[in-house]
This record gives sequence, C-alpha cells and structure tokens, in this order.
Amino acid sequence: MQYQSQAVAKPYFIAAIGLFVGQIVFGLIMGLQYVMGDFLFPEIPFNVARMVHTNLLIVWLLFGFMGAAYYLVPEESERELQSPGLAILMFWVFLIAGALTILGYLLVPYATLADITGNELFPTMGREFLEQPTVTKIGIVIVALAFLYNIGMTVLKGRKTVINLVLLIGLVGLAVFFLFSFYNPDNLVKDKFYWWWVVHLWVEGVWELILGAILAFVLIKTTGVDREVIEKWLYVIIAMSLITGLIGTGHHYFWIGTPAYWQWWGSIFSALEPIPFFMMTVFAFNMVNRRRRNHPNKAAMLWALGTSVMAFLGAGVWGFMHTLAPVNFYTHGSQITAAHGHMAFYGAYVMIVLTIISYAMPMLRGRQAANSNRSQVLEMWSFWLMTVSMVFITLFLTGAGILQVYLQRFSDNPQPFMVVQDKIALFYWMREVAGLVFLIGLVTYLASFFVGSRDAEAVITPGGENARVNGPAGSVSGATVNSG
Amino acid sequence: MAQAFTKAMARNIFYGGSLFFILLFLALTFDTSSALPELDNRANLTKTVALGKSLWEKNDCIGCHTLLGEGAYFAPELGNAYQRLGGKAGIIGFIQSRPKDGIPGRRSMPQFNFTDEQLNAIAEFLKYSSEINAAGWPPNVQG
Repeated sequence: MQYQSQAVAKPYFIAAIGLFVGQIVFGLIMGLQYVMGDFLFPEIPFNVARMVHTNLLIVWLLFGFMGAAYYLVPEESERELQSPGLAILMFWVFLIAGALTILGYLLVPYATLADITGNELFPTMGREFLEQPTVTKIGIVIVALAFLYNIGMTVLKGRKTVINLVLLIGLVGLAVFFLFSFYNPDNLVKDKFYWWWVVHLWVEGVWELILGAILAFVLIKTTGVDREVIEKWLYVIIAMSLITGLIGTGHHYFWIGTPAYWQWWGSIFSALEPIPFFMMTVFAFNMVNRRRRNHPNKAAMLWALGTSVMAFLGAGVWGFMHTLAPVNFYTHGSQITAAHGHMAFYGAYVMIVLTIISYAMPMLRGRQAANSNRSQVLEMWSFWLMTVSMVFITLFLTGAGILQVYLQRFSDNPQPFMVVQDKIALFYWMREVAGLVFLIGLVTYLASFFVGSRDAEAVITPGGENARVNGPAGSVSGATVNSG
Repeated sequence: MAQAFTKAMARNIFYGGSLFFILLFLALTFDTSSALPELDNRANLTKTVALGKSLWEKNDCIGCHTLLGEGAYFAPELGNAYQRLGGKAGIIGFIQSRPKDGIPGRRSMPQFNFTDEQLNAIAEFLKYSSEINAAGWPPNVQG
C-alpha cells in the first residue's frame, strides 16, 4: 500500500462481501420457491425475496466499485485521497441506509413501506431494481455526490492517468443515469423507456468503463506491461462499449410500445455488443502472456483472466443469443433472460469486484503483495466452485427457458404459464443444486481470508517459467486453458 | 502496425465515437417521443388508470409478474391478462379469490384485500396496458 488513505477501501470491501453472502442466501430461497411454491409464504413472498436478492447485488457491487476507486485512485494520482474522513462517513451512511432498506423490505409489507416513507408524495417505488423508497434513492444520490467529490478532487489535483479518467467518467455516468430513477410518469411506455436509461446504460454502458478501468489497473500491477500499451487497449475497448451499447439500448425497445424501427437499431447494434467483451478477453490474455514479471498473487491473476472470459460468455454470447428481434419475440421475458442476467452479472461485475478485492486485500491487511500459498489455493478453489456452478446455473436456466419458450409460445398448442412451469421443474431443481454448490464456493471464499493468514507470504521463486508452472493449484496458464 | 495505431488515435475514437452515438441516441429518443402518441394508448390514460399504476407499483407486482415482458418470471405475463382472463371482471375475480395463506405446495398470489375502487383501478390499468401497441407481442394469449 503506497498511500495511507487507500486503507478506507477495506471497510467497503468487507461490507461488499458481507452483502454478497446475503444476496446468495436469498437467491437460494427464491430458487426453492420456484419448485416449492409455498416456501416461506406468506412471510417472505417471492417478490420480497427477489427485491432483497437484486438490491443486495446492486448495493454490494456499488460498495465494491467505491472500494476499488478509493484503493486505486490515490495510487494512480500519486497523492493521498482528498478526504479519507468523508469516505468513512459515507461508508456508514450507505451501509445504514442500505441495511434499513433491506430490513424494511423484510419486516413490513411493501405497501406499508411505501406509506411509511411517503411514496405518494414522490412516487418512485415498485419498479424492477428501483424498488428502494424515495428517501433511500435520495440517500444514494448524496453518497454518490460525496464520493464523486472525493474521487474527483483527488484525480484533478494528482497525476491524470487514463485509468483514472476512464474510471471517473464511468462513475459520473453512473451517478447521472441514476437520476432517471426519479422520473416515473403515469404513461407506462415512457416509464419503461427511461427506466432503461438507468438499467441498460448502467450495465451495458458506464459500468463497462468502470470494469475496464479496474481490469486495466490490476493488469498493469500484476503483469508489469507498459502502461502505454494497456491504456491504448482500454481506450479501444471502452470506445466499442459505448459505440455499441448506447444504441444497443434499442434491444429493450422492441415490444414496449416504442416505434418498430428500434427492432433494426437494437438488433444491429446489440449484435455488436459482444465485441468489446471479446476484446477484453484478448486484452487480458495478451497482457498476461506478455508479462514482464511474475506476480506472487496468482489468485488475483486468475480472477482477472476469469472475469474477462466469463463477461464475454455471459454478457456477450448469452446476450447475443436472444438479442435479435425475431428471436427475442419468443424469448422476451422468459427464463432465457434470467440465464443471461445471471452469468452476465457474475462474469462482468461480481468477478471484477472480486478481482480488485483479491489484488488489494492482501496489502490492506498488511501483506507486501500477496497472501500465503494456502489461502491462495483456497481462494482459487472458491473461484472454480463459484464459476463452474454459475455456468451450470446458467445452463439449467437456459434449458428451462428453451422448453418454456417452446411449450408456451412456439408450439402449435401453446400452454398456460403455470402448466409449463410445472413441466420444467426438473431444471429448476438442478439450478437449485448448482446454487448450493455456489454457496459452498462462497463459504470457501470466506474461509480463504482466515486460513493461512499467519503463514508466510507467497513469493515467486527465481527462474521465470518454472515459478509459473509451480504455482499453487496448477499454473495460471493451466487455469486459463480450463476457463475458456 | 503497432506504431501506426497510437494511443492518441484510440483516445479520439473513444471521445469522438461516444459523442457521435450519444447524439444519435438523443436524436432517436426525440423521434420516439414524437411517435409515441400513436402507440402508447395515452388517449385512455385516465385518472383511474394512473391510480391503478400506482397500486401496481405500491404492491411490487413486478416482483413476480412481467408486464410487456419486463419484470420477474415467477408468475404470468400481464400485458395481455385483460384478454386471457376475460376482461375486467376476470381480472378482479382472480385477484379477489387468492387465499390468505396461499396454496399448499404451490405458488400463489398474496391476498391484498383491495377495495372495490382499487380493484377497478388495477383492472383499468391492465386494460390500458393491453391496448398499448407492442408490435404484436406477446406471441399468443398465454403470454
């Protein structure tokens, strides 16, 4: 750790991991409700479990992004953070606001929560992913502004690197597009149209800038490849992200009452959206192959390579599968969508946050560069358990989705929704089993923070190639072959 | 080749490309706004429909159902519930008939204890939604 104020990232990362655990627990509850419809009913109805599952995801990813920014911006700017105190204050504000909101979902009926928080004065609640009470949304804006001030001032006063600039553009975009969550017209089509300005322009727009910046930072640090090379790649990747992703929003405007020309704009541009993700895969593998040194933190390298592959599969391949309008006509709002959502979020955003945590946490906990071999081995086990089980969650949901689309929409005798749901229950059971393996992977991940924490740090034994091959749990290069 | 493509060129592609496509996206948005009155059924957007939408949101219906294909995939599509359930009476009857403690072993919609006025508003909202021109979606009455 080169700057003391980088330490504020630590509570952000710890909170992120804690909320991640909550997200997975509620995911398992929902998975069970899919096959045991009365599980926890009426105490925790499905919609409440889903709100908790998705909102925890968003909040812990935001904690992860903020932690990442607080860690890497001082190092890139070559100066201390503008105000570490403000960062800690905002940590508590965000954590308490988030916890109260989740408790609100769980302890009172949603309609009561809307009444308590005065939703009728300024109605913004009850829309997918934006279920937070209006006061919570205002709190998020305040936290975001304080965060942007802190990061922005640090960037402006320090060394201006491409990584810092791209990260800052991404974070400003995140805050700006969130403002559309306050626009909730009675007109359903307009409501849906601008709702996507938060949801799509986040995950298929500005978040990709944040993802790219974090990945570039970790690759510079772990591979020692020249900054000029990495920054050039970063520019091209994020250029393609926005060039394809902005008009790519159109793939959400096929069937919601918007003009039919969106079927062309949306299909063509979103068919190009895999390109930046594919470039990210090539980029990560290229940089690792051209590395000038072997970094002792092999777990972080594995996460960095893993996120580049899984983001391409989840966002790129699984996104393309149902993005063309004639295909989407049948798959829209089915389990295909759920399959894509799971692998895309895991591959692109869960894994990039785990990448920066993996890279930074050893230093934040007083190590020189890496954890001990034992904890790295355990962390790599958790990587494979979580990643492989997420692949299977996605495959089972895809199977469920294909059958659902066929039985309910495509065949000559379309059957009712619930009849079809009963017929495809096997796939939901298998998804739940894969989810349990994911939970085991997550517990392994938590354990990796404690096991071997008193052992000596992992070091690179001299001798280049050999050191690479002798790494824990097989080599990094071996791991990369398997992940493709 | 490596020298031919410089970082400055990459940067210009990013700023230039982003700016161009932001402007294009805004132009398409502007055009969409002017085309919407023909498509979005705003002529039937009454006070009752607006009340129905607020009840739809206040009870987080989107947390289980899809509406025009967006939402959760736990319960049936409602963009065409008006047709599938047989009009307003069918919608109201279904919502009213949900058992308070659910159905053993099965998914069930909660009992929300809506007043008659609220039930009417929700049904009106779903009727209005079903009349939005959604380019022929969903493919059939099963949603």
